[in-house]
Amino acid sequence: MTATTAPAPARSGSRRHRRLSWLTDHWLVKFVVLLIVILWLIPTVGLLITSFRPTDDINATGWWTVFPHMFDKATWTISNYDAVLSRQGFGNAFLNSLAVTIPSTVIPITIAAFAAYAFAWMEFKGRHVLFVVVVGLLVVPLQMALIPILRLYTSGAEVFGVTIFPDLDLNGTYLAVWLAHTGFGLPLAVYLLRNYIGSLPSSIIESARIDGADHFKIFTRLIIPLSVPVLASFAIFQFLWVWNDLLVALIFLGGEPQNRVLTQALMELNASRGNEWQLLTAGAFISMTLPLAVFFSLQRYFVRGLTAGSVKG
Amino acid sequence: MAEIVLESLGKIYPDGTRAVGDVNLTIEDGEFLVLVGPSGCGKSTVLRMVAGLEEVSEGTIHIGDVLVNDVPPKDRDIAMVFQNYALYPHMSVFDNMAFGLRLRKMDKEEIRRRVEEAAAVLEITDFLGRKPKALSGGQRQRVAMGRAIVREPKAFLMDEPLSNLDAKLRVQMRTELGRLHGRLKTTTVYVTHDQVEAMTLGHRVAVLKAVTAKRPDNLQQVAPPSELFYNPANLFVAGFIGSPAMNMVTGHLEGTGGEVFAVFGPHRLRVDAKALQRHPGLEKFMGRDLVIGIRPGDFEDHRIAGEEPERTMEVKVDVTEVLGSETFVHYMVPVAPVVTPEIEELLADTGSDPATLGDETKFSSRVSSDVAIPAGGTARLVVETAKFHFFDPETGQRIGYRPGAFSAA
Repeated sequence: MTATTAPAPARSGSRRHRRLSWLTDHWLVKFVVLLIVILWLIPTVGLLITSFRPTDDINATGWWTVFPHMFDKATWTISNYDAVLSRQGFGNAFLNSLAVTIPSTVIPITIAAFAAYAFAWMEFKGRHVLFVVVVGLLVVPLQMALIPILRLYTSGAEVFGVTIFPDLDLNGTYLAVWLAHTGFGLPLAVYLLRNYIGSLPSSIIESARIDGADHFKIFTRLIIPLSVPVLASFAIFQFLWVWNDLLVALIFLGGEPQNRVLTQALMELNASRGNEWQLLTAGAFISMTLPLAVFFSLQRYFVRGLTAGSVKG
Repeated sequence: MAEIVLESLGKIYPDGTRAVGDVNLTIEDGEFLVLVGPSGCGKSTVLRMVAGLEEVSEGTIHIGDVLVNDVPPKDRDIAMVFQNYALYPHMSVFDNMAFGLRLRKMDKEEIRRRVEEAAAVLEITDFLGRKPKALSGGQRQRVAMGRAIVREPKAFLMDEPLSNLDAKLRVQMRTELGRLHGRLKTTTVYVTHDQVEAMTLGHRVAVLKAVTAKRPDNLQQVAPPSELFYNPANLFVAGFIGSPAMNMVTGHLEGTGGEVFAVFGPHRLRVDAKALQRHPGLEKFMGRDLVIGIRPGDFEDHRIAGEEPERTMEVKVDVTEVLGSETFVHYMVPVAPVVTPEIEELLADTGSDPATLGDETKFSSRVSSDVAIPAGGTARLVVETAKFHFFDPETGQRIGYRPGAFSAA
């Protein structure tokens, strides 16, 4: 098969478009994509199958051996899920995770949206320098900042006798985790949002200014509705990152049973000697349900061409 | 409804580039003024300064007696129509038009009344519930117009509003725009690079040219369309207005026994007395080099115009273009092209020598299609010498130019 079998290019316009349509139509490309998807899914499928197998089977044979007797009732069990869900504090850990994750997603997006609008559309001195500094903060590794932040939380900070961060005794509170996640989420959020918001057509914003809108009205009536795709993308990133985070929660929230988040609960499922790892498979799937729900409910906002019809392209 | 007065208006960008300089212009209440010029001439910048989207570097802008230099756009009570429509993509047509009114906390019933009225005028009533992406280019342009109309502002500012439409729609919308202005009589400043739009829409047309270090002012001439055509102030306006462009050639005048002859290359044409009257002070240029301008429409084939040996050019035809009722005849006149101040600047920028332009000047003439003119053959064209234009080759200015001195004859 050659390029001549590609759809007639005459009406599709540019060369680039023709090349791309050739690429996506080619059977080899489709085959490779399918192969990658399968390879990528195998571990997850294995995990799913394992989570439904009896403990003895798991310890005796691999998950791929289920296929010959797939329809045998003895192959499957929900005892792992039963065991996980009846564990003390697992439901509580789920709620704790929500209490950590939702504010840790909403706060940075809110701040970043305002900041991104200012960086993109408000003229002020030093805005480029400031933006570069914010984006530069992306390189600060989380692990390096853990101890300084912990000290800030427990004893505040003073510079030349002036208190710049009061001793709020934040350690072990949700606020501590929210602040940490906000701080580390902001540089990427500001960067992503600024690039998107900056690429909205300037004439729309100018038009709104002439129509009588001030910055706040432009932000709420135009920028936010038009930025839904980037807000949704970042929300998914941040949600997944915070949901799956163990380190920050462990350090700032502490290991107290009433404060445990889902990742900590999962870790403890494994038991001290790792001999209950069949429970981990079921626990992992339980903890995956919410991120999956978030992903599928937000992915429809990833629409291109939200600004279609606004300006002549 | 208001008068807009620009005084010594100038724009210098932070990097030091000057875009606009010394623009003095009064746009009268209810007037339709068109700013026209090639790209980069600063016409959009002037408009954006009036809108408040660009800061004013020099001079003042008054809208209806109020100095607005430091007034934000929303408080200037103007409406602007953008080249790319700039509709709010997530709002319906109704909401697009109502947006500005809602921001001004207008009564809901009044908003509905105004939007529906404007929609009826623009014939977009059926689309009020649609989003912009479900509209065609022409419909979007109407919505953009509607958004301006409902505001009932002191002035409309339009930045090339028709240039994104296809040719047929553009002509149609042009006519409608003219009709709309006749109805609303709102002061309008309209920016375009299309001289046909400028000539058909404008009560007056301001011709602008890019500023240079030597000549830091944009405004070339402000006049009603016909005056621009018949009484261009300088070579730039003469060359910019009119399509095909005015033929320009270097020549001189000879006086013989009360008659004056224009001589360029092998051609010697008797100049009508009217042309002399329209260029006071022309006698000072007798025998000296000057630039002779002849509109392509001021030629006719000798078989139609009648034999006028003293006003006839005999030329070797290069190409003819038959356009139905008229024919364009293209030929060369063996005289080196006129080097206008702009061309001089351009040549200096590119480091070329005027000599590289060749020693022939392209001419085009528009004649009746009733007689056949074969390409490659010889044509005898009678020139309407009463409509000659004469320019000073040093300054590029029309000889004896007086604003308002215009006669269509």
